Amino acid sequence: MLDADFFRRWMTATAASVDREAERLTALDSPIGDADHGSNLQRGFRAVAATLEKEAPDTPGAVLTLAGRQLISTVGGASGPLYGTLLRRTGKALGDAGAVSEAEFAQALRAGVDAVMTLGGAAPGDKTMIDALVPAVDALDEGGFTAARTAAEEGALATTPLQARKGRASYLGERSIGHQDPGATSSALLVAALAEADGE
Amino acid sequence: MSDGKQVGIVLVSHSAEVAASVAELAKGLAGGEVSVPVAAAGGTEGGGLGTSSELIAAAAAAVDRGAGVAVLTDLGSAVLTVKALLAEGDELPDNTRLVDAPFVEGAVAAVVTAATGADLAAVEAAAAEAYTYRKV
Repeated sequence: MLDADFFRRWMTATAASVDREAERLTALDSPIGDADHGSNLQRGFRAVAATLEKEAPDTPGAVLTLAGRQLISTVGGASGPLYGTLLRRTGKALGDAGAVSEAEFAQALRAGVDAVMTLGGAAPGDKTMIDALVPAVDALDEGGFTAARTAAEEGALATTPLQARKGRASYLGERSIGHQDPGATSSALLVAALAEADGE
Repeated sequence: MSDGKQVGIVLVSHSAEVAASVAELAKGLAGGEVSVPVAAAGGTEGGGLGTSSELIAAAAAAVDRGAGVAVLTDLGSAVLTVKALLAEGDELPDNTRLVDAPFVEGAVAAVVTAATGADLAAVEAAAAEAYTYRKV
């Protein structure tokens, strides 16, 4: 079973990983975005880690709802409401259980990913975070956290030949081809941190 | 239509200057005596380009007179942040609506319409109708 501690570790591991990779995320965001993805997410997840430390919510749902709310209020770019909605909807779907099974979490995360698709209007293949998250949720159902990590990383790499159809990168049309999507890349970090939190 | 309460208008832009200027422009074009509550929520709290959910929530609270709040946005994270707040949160007043409208033209139409005492649906319709005006 996954308890509130697990979800706090997930957020802390994500914050550490975003810290390490912030420069790379911003570099990926330079040719096709506005070169702020790494610094925006770094600010957001640092705030998440600090808030969780201070408020110490005691259910999985409360951890993720608080984290999501914090991201919406601190990121300042489109990744704030998108990641914020992902975590907040996932947290809401987990309800107020003290611990949840991996299957329950997978189901909740799918609800979170669906909410992101509704919010941003993106579908798989649009060269967005969805291209890492959807394969990750599918893999999580069948193979657990390590399978989800592999699927998310492969999904992020597979965005390189795609043409962006959402967000600022879509204004570039064909010139967006050949660049790995920064949002899919950071989503893969988020998913990889699950395995880390689980000690895998 | 309503009991004398006017619809509040919130203008959300990536830039504080753009949001404030469009608010001024809309009030100016609506006539000097306009009492419609209009608030700008532009940029990040640090004064940079971006979107702040805190500034949006504060602006919406400031213009809420009980007749609803119409929010107009520019693009990208401004749209997504308002949508995320409406879909998931309790940060915005009841009866707050994101209006699908061009930012400048929609703001003018919304303020002019709200000044007549029109309700939220009428303000929203007037702002959205601004899309239909072709320039060429």
